[in-house]
Amino acid sequence: MADARTTPMGGFFSNWRQNIIYIGFVLIFVVFAVTLSQKGFLNPTNLLNIIRQTAMIAVMAVAMTFVLASGEIDLSIGAVAGLATVTVAMAIAVAGPVAGVFAGLATGIAVGCFNGWLTTRVGIPSFLTTLAMMGIAKGVAMWISATAAVPILSPNYAWAFGGGSIGPIPVLLFWMLVVGAIGHFVLRRTGFGRRVLATGGGETAARYSGIDTANIKFKVLVLSSTAAALAGMLYAGRLQSGRFQLGEGDELSVIAAAVLGGTSLFGGKGTVIGTIVGALMIGLINNGLILMGLEFSQQLIARGAIIILAVALSQKKA
Amino acid sequence: MTSAVVMKGISKAFGGVRALDNVDFEVFPGEVHALLGGNGAGKSTILKVLNGVHKPDAGTIAVAGVPLTTHTPEASRAAGIAMNFQEMSLIPTLTVAQNIFLTRESRTARGFLDDPACEIKAAEIFAMLEVKVDPKALVGDLGAGQKQLTEIAKAISQTSKVLILDEPSTALAVSDVERLFTFLRKLKAQGVAIIYVSHRMDEIARIADRATILRDGKHVITAPIADLPIDVMIEHIVGKRSKGLADVHRGDAARGEVLLEVCNLTGPHKPDNVSFTLHRGEVLGLAGLLGSGRSALARVIAGVEPAVSGEIRIKGQSITIRKPSDAIRAGVALVPEARATQGIIPAHSVATNMVLAVLDRISAKGVVDRQKAKVITDDMIKRLQVKTASRDHAVSTLSGGNQQKVVIGKWLATDPDILLLDEPTAGIDIGSKSEIIRLVRDLAAQGKGIVMISSELSELLTACDRILVMADGRAHQMIDRVTLDDLSEPDAGHRLQAAERKLQIEIQKALAFEAPQTQEVSHG
Repeated sequence: MADARTTPMGGFFSNWRQNIIYIGFVLIFVVFAVTLSQKGFLNPTNLLNIIRQTAMIAVMAVAMTFVLASGEIDLSIGAVAGLATVTVAMAIAVAGPVAGVFAGLATGIAVGCFNGWLTTRVGIPSFLTTLAMMGIAKGVAMWISATAAVPILSPNYAWAFGGGSIGPIPVLLFWMLVVGAIGHFVLRRTGFGRRVLATGGGETAARYSGIDTANIKFKVLVLSSTAAALAGMLYAGRLQSGRFQLGEGDELSVIAAAVLGGTSLFGGKGTVIGTIVGALMIGLINNGLILMGLEFSQQLIARGAIIILAVALSQKKA
Repeated sequence: MTSAVVMKGISKAFGGVRALDNVDFEVFPGEVHALLGGNGAGKSTILKVLNGVHKPDAGTIAVAGVPLTTHTPEASRAAGIAMNFQEMSLIPTLTVAQNIFLTRESRTARGFLDDPACEIKAAEIFAMLEVKVDPKALVGDLGAGQKQLTEIAKAISQTSKVLILDEPSTALAVSDVERLFTFLRKLKAQGVAIIYVSHRMDEIARIADRATILRDGKHVITAPIADLPIDVMIEHIVGKRSKGLADVHRGDAARGEVLLEVCNLTGPHKPDNVSFTLHRGEVLGLAGLLGSGRSALARVIAGVEPAVSGEIRIKGQSITIRKPSDAIRAGVALVPEARATQGIIPAHSVATNMVLAVLDRISAKGVVDRQKAKVITDDMIKRLQVKTASRDHAVSTLSGGNQQKVVIGKWLATDPDILLLDEPTAGIDIGSKSEIIRLVRDLAAQGKGIVMISSELSELLTACDRILVMADGRAHQMIDRVTLDDLSEPDAGHRLQAAERKLQIEIQKALAFEAPQTQEVSHG
């Protein structure tokens, strides 16, 4: 029988579509490198700036890959990042940087547990749970900070979480690489990662195979909020203050990064490496468009068009 | 010797429906035990209870002498039970090897997943079965046969005391079934208890040692296969299930001109070279098992799947049907199999559902004329006797039988000449079933030509004038309904039962015809 469907040609084409993000990244990089070389695009300072601007998005997008792969979504991450900047800054002011780190992580875990509980136990779809949480987190952040910026006066904290660099390499690059590497291994090489992909790929089938899918979804939402809190800690460190506006609207860039990287909005598919490249690609496009001297309105249009083009090309033809 | 499985007094109800009623079931180690029964007999339910997917309302289960007290898939698996799920336990976005070993993956020394090792183990299982499936292929890219082999591989990859195979052969090529049987005999020799569910009596006769027959959620008989010739098996399976249908009056519809002619129609996979004609005022039944190509034939005629070759003539005119709208324009309406997903929008009102297929006709400048919609809906509610509180109630509030009437009404509103009904009575209680059948007869009497598919033979026999027996995508014989009736039998119920047995035997004959005649395998 053996009607193996995967011919060598078919394999090539499906790979071509799967790998469009890498091809697109290189293509855009080369185009910018050629056309913008006079404006300092290839200047190391500029390239490292792209990293600095992308790191927080990338950290959140790694966790978002898990959320989307499990068939859920988390819209609250931008607001949670903002809330975390405030709780971290306030805890540092009262009890020092170590307390600040704990306060930040606790914020993320608490919000994540609440999201997970509402989604998996009460049964509200994560789209609604996290949409509501977006408002709640932002409201709490505004309330406890009285809408004012909370300064961070700990240079150690600011160095480790965002501001510092080792030689020419910004600390943010290390955060991004560490989170990315851990995320990649967990998704690809651990039982948890495989269960996440199975849950999103076919929930009934996963349950019949003995996977506690509610538990997986709960954990994934906690992971996402915790990553959002970490991103908030990085924002706080880089800007040496906590403000509720930080991270605002990041959820859209984060979801775009994951989807550009080949993660399916319908669950079951996703790679962390693709997501990181997706995040870098968004940073790259933003940077290039600014260097081109486009107005903000034009940047928005160009960015949207590039994202649509990339995702459209990655779709498998039915 | 301890029995591999002892289930005692198992009962299980869903809502008000008793799926299992005080059923006993026992399987010995080293035997292939066939589990038989018609649709809704409770086979799947008892297997799902054994497998931990459903919790029994009453009764006890012991596996190899050890009582099973927790009812979860994990607990059952820990007790040594493995089962295939008719493709339901496969995840399309994972590879074959990843699916087979899901939650039981090989690990590297550091505890990470080791996919290459899983792929090697998967390849070994397929080699043992002597079939070719690529362990690295994505399950979503596989054909039906390869998916089924993956399911089987997943079940047998677990070292188990009890292996449950639920219709493992529906999508398999004959040669693969043979290899599967060879393998099952090896497992049996190792003392594994195998529970085998199939509608194919020829398979059962070849592989099984004993059989248990269920009917309407009750245990009927357990006996060695040697004591159960095919006609006896069928008798036990059919039983008196036909009651209620026997009273449906079959008015003699006046057979009119030819409406639909199908000539050598071949689809992408099935049907295979099928021809028949359908007259005005006639109900034509398609009989056969799952995978016989009945639904595929209906889908090709309705334009849901493309025809590869052959011709469709409607009222003598050859027409090309490429998409469903072509078929609708030609006067063909398909009432699909899956009512909830393909037939109705449950949250919408009866009226909204009823006019869904004729929105263009009752709209002016894009605005739906609500008065016309009301008239059509009220007309259909009356004509089909839909029991609903009002035309504005959501379809989800209706009973299954009345939901089905809404689907039929929706297509009748398009005023088709030809109606294709795919399992119109699935999931409907017996009372509503006879009502639907009566409706089908009435529609034929009103001059429609109807093709009806049903897995319940008693329904086909009640509704149809002629029955086309299909197997493996091919048409085997056209049976005149009248010829199945034994006119010397005075009782209508008994007559229907006898006819059902005859038809069942014809279906099994068609299957046996498809299987190679030469392969006679000795029982090991």
